[in-house]
Amino acid sequence: MTDAEIRIAFLEELTQIAPDIAPCDVGDGDHLQDDLELDSMDFLNLVSGLHKRLGVDIPEIDYPKIATLALAVVYLKGRIS
Amino acid sequence: MTIFAMPSLGADMESGTLVEWMIKPGDTVTRGDVVAVVETQKGAIEIECFEEGTVETLDAEIGATVAVGAPLATLRAPADDTASSAQPAVEAENRAKPKAATPTPAHRAKAPRDTSAPLLAASATLVLPRAGEIPAASPAARVRAAERGIDLAALIGTGPSGAIILADVEVAEPASVKEGPVRGSAKPGLDMAAMRTAIANAMARSKREIPHYYLTQTIDLQTAIDWLAATNAKRPPDARLLMGALFVKASALAAVHVPQMNGHYDAEGFHPAEGVHAGVAVALRNGGLVAPALHDAETLPLDVLMAQMRAMIARARSGRLRSSEMTDGTITISAMGDTGADAMAAVIYPPQVAIVGFGAPVARPWIVGETIAPRMTVTVTLSADHRVSDGRRGAKFLAAINTALQTPEAL
Repeated sequence: MTDAEIRIAFLEELTQIAPDIAPCDVGDGDHLQDDLELDSMDFLNLVSGLHKRLGVDIPEIDYPKIATLALAVVYLKGRIS
Repeated sequence: MTIFAMPSLGADMESGTLVEWMIKPGDTVTRGDVVAVVETQKGAIEIECFEEGTVETLDAEIGATVAVGAPLATLRAPADDTASSAQPAVEAENRAKPKAATPTPAHRAKAPRDTSAPLLAASATLVLPRAGEIPAASPAARVRAAERGIDLAALIGTGPSGAIILADVEVAEPASVKEGPVRGSAKPGLDMAAMRTAIANAMARSKREIPHYYLTQTIDLQTAIDWLAATNAKRPPDARLLMGALFVKASALAAVHVPQMNGHYDAEGFHPAEGVHAGVAVALRNGGLVAPALHDAETLPLDVLMAQMRAMIARARSGRLRSSEMTDGTITISAMGDTGADAMAAVIYPPQVAIVGFGAPVARPWIVGETIAPRMTVTVTLSADHRVSDGRRGAKFLAAINTALQTPEAL
């Protein structure tokens, strides 16, 4: 998958679990919990969604590595390939 | 003949707007069936039925604002089935009764809850009314007919008064054309200004009427955090647990231990509840707050509690909670989450008598034996009603939460 494809997948899963967030509102460096106000349940649902969609099982210890859109794209690219 | 009235879904609800009927005249309803969707200050709520019988008439139009206690529908009780038209005098007498009957849900905490109700409510979504006439049919027949794609109107019933029973459906052939369910056109949503007003009213009433007292205890959370990390490391994301689920379960067990924290307070005084229906405070991103109840939380294995909490929070976010979730809470648990303030002294949600606030877990220097060690800790604050309990009971409650969190594998 290309960076752009991963980015789209991530944003789609994010807006699926948080329908009140528009994809255009998500900045590359926005912190999902501090800036976008995802709570721990939202975050877990996002991890579940990414697992189903991309087949990447993100362990809890790696949660900080998907804390922003920019970090998540790098991390997911590494895990997919 | 019974009047199905607009229930009170919160201490300060005065009326609700009908947005969708899930039933129509002739339908059979059972306790726990979702019969209507009502827009309230807390969002759209699925209204469950607390009666059994056959729907005689729908007494409110979609879009109408209906006062609490005013009639929504008229039901014929199962015993009335064969005599409905032969006893007009009795009907007239029943109809003449005051319509503003006190809704019962607010007091249901006193009675043991039928735990099958959520399942009934869930299956009710399979048997939404379709276009065209539907004859009387048993709930089991309706569910089976929906599963098999059979049109009930095409069947001849062999049950009481010609009602369609399960056996009639089992022998029927599926219809070739299946019509979709009829849904209301009004789109439920969340009106944040209205929700803020509802929160303001409930909290002002709480501070006006309830003499709060507060107790705070900092608890060593390291054991629970280590157990949670080890447990989740072996699980796929769908099966992982959150610390919030441990907090809810530990609080529910503590409420069993100290029943003065669990129940409702009304004009007659305190009514302890038999089960712990744990209200879980859910902050909505656009500023609202709801606290739907997890029924019988003290009896739920942690995995089940987590799954139910996950589903309930999803419904809270989409503004589609059930009436029993809105009214049955007997104690509320509010957790700050992973980050935020150290402690939270919350305001009791009337008619409940206690609320537990968990601050964000934080590493602190902690005395372990003779040494100081860094440990993850959480500060738990109990707000309780002084009309019902005092500090000694409150301290016992917090101690019970501490004890429960030290053996997370037993939760």
